[in-house]
Amino acid sequence: MSRMELLDPTGERHPVARPRVVRPASLEGLTVGLLDISKPRGDVFLDHLDEVLSGRGVEVLRFRKPTYTKLAPADLRYEIRVKCDAVVEALAD
Amino acid sequence: MSYASGVDLPDGYVAFVKASCPTCRLVAPALLRLRKAGAPLTVYSQDDPRFPEGAEPLDDSDLRRSYEAGVEVVPTLMRLEGGEVIERLEGWLRMDWERLTGVAELGTGLPSYRAGCGSRTVDPGIRELLAVRYGGDKFRSRRVEVAQLEDEFEAMFERGWTDGLPVVPPTPERVLRMLEGTDRDPQEVAAVVPPDLVECTVEKVAVNAAMAGCRPEYLPVVLAALEAACTSEFNIHGVLATTWSAGPVVIVNGPVAERIGMNAGGNALGQGNRANSTIGRALQLIVRNVGGGRPGGVDRATHGNPGKHTFCFAEDERGSPWEPLSVERGLPVGTSAVTLFAGSGLQPLVDQQSRTPESLARTYAACLQVVAHPKLALSWDAVLVVSPEHARVFREAGWSKVRLREELDGLLRRPRAEMVRGAGGIAEGTPGSLAGAHVPKFRQGGLLIVHAGGTAGMFSAIIGGWASGTVGSEPVTREVRE
Repeated sequence: MSRMELLDPTGERHPVARPRVVRPASLEGLTVGLLDISKPRGDVFLDHLDEVLSGRGVEVLRFRKPTYTKLAPADLRYEIRVKCDAVVEALAD
Repeated sequence: MSYASGVDLPDGYVAFVKASCPTCRLVAPALLRLRKAGAPLTVYSQDDPRFPEGAEPLDDSDLRRSYEAGVEVVPTLMRLEGGEVIERLEGWLRMDWERLTGVAELGTGLPSYRAGCGSRTVDPGIRELLAVRYGGDKFRSRRVEVAQLEDEFEAMFERGWTDGLPVVPPTPERVLRMLEGTDRDPQEVAAVVPPDLVECTVEKVAVNAAMAGCRPEYLPVVLAALEAACTSEFNIHGVLATTWSAGPVVIVNGPVAERIGMNAGGNALGQGNRANSTIGRALQLIVRNVGGGRPGGVDRATHGNPGKHTFCFAEDERGSPWEPLSVERGLPVGTSAVTLFAGSGLQPLVDQQSRTPESLARTYAACLQVVAHPKLALSWDAVLVVSPEHARVFREAGWSKVRLREELDGLLRRPRAEMVRGAGGIAEGTPGSLAGAHVPKFRQGGLLIVHAGGTAGMFSAIIGGWASGTVGSEPVTREVRE
C-alpha cells in the first residue's frame, strides 16, 4: 500500500496544517515524543531532556526526521500523533 | 485531452508490442527479420519482458515509453530520425511494413493484413493513472499527503473538508477523470465563491465534485449550478449566512437530466439517485471548502434543513401538461438548464378528493398561504412541485400553467385586515403600511411551478423560500454548457 496523495479542495487561504491540540496542564501519565530533526547536537539536547522527563516518570518516545532540510514525512507525523500526547522538537544546532 | 509530454525514443525503428496480442505474436518473425537485416530496432514490450524472444525487447510494463509515445494500438512500428517520428504504423499491413523498413521479404509467410489490439495504455482506468504519473504536474491545487497507516476518510474529516458524511478521496486520478466531463480549461475561473470571495477554477470544482461522488458527466451541471449560485441575484452569501433554514435547491431541465440519469419521478426529492444526490452536494461542498462557508462560521442557520446536504432534482418534462420551468424562464425548448432556488425544506400536501382544477387550486392556495407564516406576504417565494396525479386534473380540464397561476394569485389575496400585525390575536403579520385592501401572498414571479414525482399519490409539495427578490434571493436560471 502506497501513501495517498489528495488534491486540496479548499480555497487554500489557510495552511494545510490542522490546529494544535491544547497544551497539557501536566505531563503526569502522558507520553512525550522527542523529535530529533537530524541537525548536529540536537540529540545532545534531547538526550538530556529524555533523562529529565524519564526521571519524573514520564513515558518518553524518540523520533528522528530523515533530514532537517525537509518536512517530516507524513508517516512519521502520523506515528507521533497516534503514539504521543505531546511532542518536543529540537530545532537548532 | 493529450498529456503525452514529448517523445524520447532512440532513432531508427521502434516497435511497441504485447505478448497477449495475437497480431503482435504474428509479426514477431518480421521483427526478428528486421533485426537480422541489420536495421537499428528497439522493441518495447508492454507485458512480457521476454517477448518477442530473440528481439532483445525492453521492458515497458510500467508503460512509460508507450504513454510518452502516444501508443494506442499494438503493434505500433515507428521510424525516428533526429528524435522526430517520421512515420508510424499501427497493426500489421505487410505492404506498409516492407515499404517503411525497405526489407522486401519482411512479411514472407505472413498474411497481408491483421488489425492490431488496444495498447495497454488505453485499458479502462489506466489512462488517468498514466497521465498523472508521466504527464507532468498539470494540477494547481495544493497536494496533501495522507500517511500510509492513516485512514484517508478520517483524515478528510479532520481537515474539515466534509459536510458530515464521508467524501470520496480526491486523488489526482479521480480529479483527472472528473475533468473529462468538460472541455473547459481546468484553470478557467468558474465562479467567485462567497463568503470568502475565492476564485474557483474548474479544477477546484472537479476536486469537490469528485469528493461529492459525482460522475464526470455531471460536471457541466455542477458548473452551471455554481455559476447560478454565485450571481448577485441568487446571493449564495445571504442564503448561507441567514438564520433561516434556506439552502440552494437545484432544479434541472432539458436533455441533460435524462442523459445523466437524474430522477424526476418517484422519490425525486429524496435519496437514492446518484446524480440528484451528488450534484447538490458538490455545490454545497464548494461553498464550504472553496468559499469557506461553514455552519457556526458564516452559516448562522437556526435550524438548517436536511436539504442543505443536497437538494437537487429534475423536472418531469415528458409527463408534464405544461412547459418546462426553464422555458417559462426564457430558455429555448431543448436547452439543458439549472434553476437555483433558495429553498427552506419540504412541505408536502395532500388532496385525494379534488377532481376539478378549481377545487385543487383552493387546496394549493390554502397550503401555500402558510409558507413562513400565514400572515406574512410578498417577501417569501415558493416552489410548487405538482405530482403527475394532480397534474392530470389540470390536463383534463385544459388548464395551462398561466391559468393555474392566475387562479392562485386570486385565491392568495387575503384581506389586509386579516394580515396586519396584531390581527387574529397574532402579533406577527404584514406591516400596516402596505397599500390596498388585499395583500397578495407572493410577489410577481415569486411562485415557481414544476412537475415532478411518482405516478401514484394525489399529493404535491411546497418548497418554501427565503427573503425574496433584491432584499434576499432571486431564482436564477443558467444554461448547462456541455
